[in-house]
Amino acid sequence: MTSLSHFLSTDHSHCDDVFAAAENAVVAKDWARAQTEFQRFLDEMKHHFAMEEDVLFPAFETHTGMSGGPTSVMRGEHEQMNEVFAAMRDALAHQDGNGYLGLSETLLMLMRQHNLKEENILYPMADQALSGQADALLTRMGEIPH
Amino acid sequence: MIGPGLSLEQAPPFSVPLRFFLSAPLFLFAAGLGAALSPDWTATPLASATLALTHLVTLGFLGMAMLGAMSQMLPVVAGAPLPNARLVAWVSHLGLLLGTPCLALGLYSGEAVLLMAGSSLIGLSLLVFLGAVGLALMRAQVSDTTQAMRLAAFTLGVTLFLGLGMASWLIGQWAPEAPLDWLTSHVLWGLGGWIGVLVMGSAWQVVPMLQLTPPYPPRLTRWLWRAMLVGLPLATLAPSPWRDAGQVMAALALITFAVTTLRLQSQRKRKVEDVTLDFWRVGMVCLIAAVLLAMARIRGVLPEAWTLLAGLLFLIGFATSVVTGMLYKIVPFMAWFHLQARVGFKRGQPSMRDYLPETRARGQYRAHLAALFCLLASPFQPLFTIPGGLLLAGSAAWLGWNLLQAQRLYHQAGAAGC
Repeated sequence: MTSLSHFLSTDHSHCDDVFAAAENAVVAKDWARAQTEFQRFLDEMKHHFAMEEDVLFPAFETHTGMSGGPTSVMRGEHEQMNEVFAAMRDALAHQDGNGYLGLSETLLMLMRQHNLKEENILYPMADQALSGQADALLTRMGEIPH
Repeated sequence: MIGPGLSLEQAPPFSVPLRFFLSAPLFLFAAGLGAALSPDWTATPLASATLALTHLVTLGFLGMAMLGAMSQMLPVVAGAPLPNARLVAWVSHLGLLLGTPCLALGLYSGEAVLLMAGSSLIGLSLLVFLGAVGLALMRAQVSDTTQAMRLAAFTLGVTLFLGLGMASWLIGQWAPEAPLDWLTSHVLWGLGGWIGVLVMGSAWQVVPMLQLTPPYPPRLTRWLWRAMLVGLPLATLAPSPWRDAGQVMAALALITFAVTTLRLQSQRKRKVEDVTLDFWRVGMVCLIAAVLLAMARIRGVLPEAWTLLAGLLFLIGFATSVVTGMLYKIVPFMAWFHLQARVGFKRGQPSMRDYLPETRARGQYRAHLAALFCLLASPFQPLFTIPGGLLLAGSAAWLGWNLLQAQRLYHQAGAAGC
């Protein structure tokens, strides 16, 4: 059986791959490919946030009774990332490679710090707290459309 | 469930790590200037000038940067912020800031008052920091990185103890039976343990994070910190096959780490030009060379000048490169992050590249390489000593300038409310 931790960490690394593909296209100044890859990246991130915010976090909050704790910090960081995504989209629309790379560098740090905290702290806690319902939660996450 | 102190909150206040990061280049600058003004440091590894310069680099530059980095990293990778972070940072930073020059001058001149003042201040600084790190790490989530951090903190404690012991010997308080054994252990625990293990434990997190490389294999990271845990104490024993085995084990761990890092970096997904990556690659190559030379030197295969070469490769080639590369990521990210926390996200806010443009960092990288080449040649060709020292001072000043510019932009952007 896949654990929540394993499933969501694997998805992080998938998002990283698409992030790199978009950035590499900007480095190569291949704007058409950059546009496609960036859109794919945004879709993947949106999907990942939805799996957490609509399924994992509510289950965790209900089970532990902690709604103002770690999950609210994580939601806040998702919000932060959304703002950087919007700025990156602008930079790409203006074919501003340097502007995009400055933002993508910043986003990478923000995103990976966020992921580290989830992978090292929150997911293991969720594995423990939600061990009885992991299968059901994984199924619900799988049903979220891309 | 969530233990007391386990926290997902972001970094400590900007001022906590920043004071360490901004002070660090001062000491590298001083070391470079000292190396140029007192070129006799190349005569022998135990010359008073060599000891003084070494401590400016290890305590002043590397120590400062590593304490700052640790205070920043603990909450993120271990979910364990330092307790009383502001107070701990204030005391440990001030102790190191005042204690390091006293100790360096004391080692250079042999003045008992300076040695005493320097070692007391450094002792106070590091004990306060270690106490706080110890408390934080007791509550940390267990992972190979936190185990490495625990081990690194422990080795810093041992290094400090041995260092204080030798300082009191130099002051004339007591006479160890075998002062050279104290010295060897002090070097081994300080370089292999504190610097080596801390860089390893941090790399497992930051190398995949910065360049999007595959992760370090978990079996390898488990083995690496355990090999250091067993190897370092064995390597400190009296001459015996056990000691030899300990030395080989620690050396193998460091080399395996460096080779793996180079291999993973070659498989990175990001193709963007990155000065931090270059600093790390130079660092790993120098680490491998330093360890091989040190092993050959311990076995008496090489003449004394090679000890200096191994030391320079380790301190300037490996540790200074890696730490500089990290500063170029941590400082601009923190500036971005804290500005954003203060005034909210706004379009047109400086990004990491605005805080630290790649061209500026790239120029300093070249100066660092030039300094490194000259310094590595110095033990064999004295002509290189003065240019090597001056280049190191210049490169350190450039690094400090780059970091100050980032801090200035942070304040300007904050004042403008953007």
